[in-house]
Amino acid sequence: MTLAAPVLPVPRRTGRRPRCGTRFAAWAFLLPAVAYVVVFFGYPLAANVVMSTQDYTVKSFYTGEAPFVGLANYAAVLTDPLFSTAALNTVLFTAGSLVFQFVIGLALAVFFTGRFLGSALLRSLLLLPWLLPLVVSGAVWRWMFDQDHGVLNAALRLAGLGAVPWLSSTGWALPAVILTNIWIGIPFNLVILHGGLRAIPASLHEAAALDGAGAWQRFRYVTWPLLRPVSGIVLMLGLVYTIKVFDVIMVVTGGGPANATQTLTTWSYRLSFQDFTFGRGAAVGNVLILVATGFGLLYLRSAKATLAEAAT
Amino acid sequence: MKTAAGVVIVAVLLFPLYWMVNASLQPSGALLRPDPAFFPVGGTLDGYRKALATQGPNLVSSVVVALGTVLVSLVVAAPASYALAQLKVRGGPVLVFVLLIVQMIPGIVMANALYTVFSNLGLIDNYLGLVLADSTATIPFAVLLLRAFMISVPKELTEASRVDGAGYWRTFFSIILPVSRNALVTAGLFAFLFAWADFLFAVTLTTGQSFEPITVGIYRFVGNQSADWNGIMATAVLAAIPAAVLLVVAQRYVVAGLTSGAVKD
Repeated sequence: MTLAAPVLPVPRRTGRRPRCGTRFAAWAFLLPAVAYVVVFFGYPLAANVVMSTQDYTVKSFYTGEAPFVGLANYAAVLTDPLFSTAALNTVLFTAGSLVFQFVIGLALAVFFTGRFLGSALLRSLLLLPWLLPLVVSGAVWRWMFDQDHGVLNAALRLAGLGAVPWLSSTGWALPAVILTNIWIGIPFNLVILHGGLRAIPASLHEAAALDGAGAWQRFRYVTWPLLRPVSGIVLMLGLVYTIKVFDVIMVVTGGGPANATQTLTTWSYRLSFQDFTFGRGAAVGNVLILVATGFGLLYLRSAKATLAEAAT
Repeated sequence: MKTAAGVVIVAVLLFPLYWMVNASLQPSGALLRPDPAFFPVGGTLDGYRKALATQGPNLVSSVVVALGTVLVSLVVAAPASYALAQLKVRGGPVLVFVLLIVQMIPGIVMANALYTVFSNLGLIDNYLGLVLADSTATIPFAVLLLRAFMISVPKELTEASRVDGAGYWRTFFSIILPVSRNALVTAGLFAFLFAWADFLFAVTLTTGQSFEPITVGIYRFVGNQSADWNGIMATAVLAAIPAAVLLVVAQRYVVAGLTSGAVKD
């Protein structure tokens, strides 16, 4: 599961200056959080940047020595043929996951907007895949993908089709992990989009229906435009979270076979924790930070714009 | 009519979970037959016996880490949220912005960075270390969620208590915390679920020498070439239970936390 950041407008300051006592008390309440941020974000991230310019290996942990190498780690990483593989896989994994999660989530959200017997219960049951530990979901899918004993190939055989080497072929492994990730992400899209749909006044639909608009036209010209801000937020948040997916890929394929499912995230893990070239792992990680926070800032901007729109 | 269609949709989407339970009840030999059995007829609880024998301690470790994360997250986040929401503080908006941004930082970068820091501090293979690492995800979330809630607590309420002579601590403990109960439950619930499900920090910051969280246990179990799917799926079911239980008993808190991120309501 993922944790989502609530975005609310910053409270407006009034002209009155707080008294000295208030300021002192406020800082006392803030102190633990500020200290935590400095110690567990500020310092490690700064150390990470420093480490990315050092030849930091297992030995460095014992000797405390890590020679400065400038941008050599970045150069090594960017020219590594695995970089383009991992970058491409990251793009395919993210785009494939987002498109299908969104489309299926939206279809289900529309389906569940009409109240019917048991709709609330069914909708809450659909949350389950999102709440499960990703390792659990990954293990289940790995079992279903099993070439000889998995249920997916059993179904294909039943349909008269050949078995698919889901996890052992370089062509099928990436679609397999994308499929797993789509399944995990559908509930999130469903819930948020469902909330967005319910916020659209029913009177607009009724008015369009009176004017003779069919179901598709009502969706296309009433629902879709009004849902756009929420859609944007769902996709942006999904993007930030999908770029850094780790658990699913590690459990289902471990990045293999032959790096066919290696993304920037899993590659960074491999460089640091399997090859013990921490400097290079840090370099890939810093590239990842740039990408993720870049899109994150876009998300914050669009979220702010949405809130401003909602306020008018 | 629509209900029938809804049931079919849910059945298709939840099929993997049924398949997990199904496999957890069938002897390993039966799972390796060419035609899978769709019902665990003549099932066995062997998988669960094996799961508890080999993964039982790991389940306990994960409970400890998850509860520790809830405690640390709320103790750090609640006072900060009160200050950000109710007391005017210079630099408050900056802190909020920083917390929003750090949520975007990929976990693998945090793991890489924390590993070197923790190995210098002796926090590898350490419960406290893992709790503090998991809190990098849960504290920003909890502060932002609690702050959003505490902003809506009427100032009259807190000012009245101040007029009555209560200090900031009294006001915080006897006014703010009680009225924020629901938000505290939501934040605590998500901290628990995150730490319970965490795999990245667990696999990077523990080596299995002193303890092993359940997610790492499953990962190593799956990685075994002998692949005992009956035992693996039984362990997976056990690891899924907290999520299922919380969905049943605390659904409104779950939905509140899930939607807090994206939709202003």
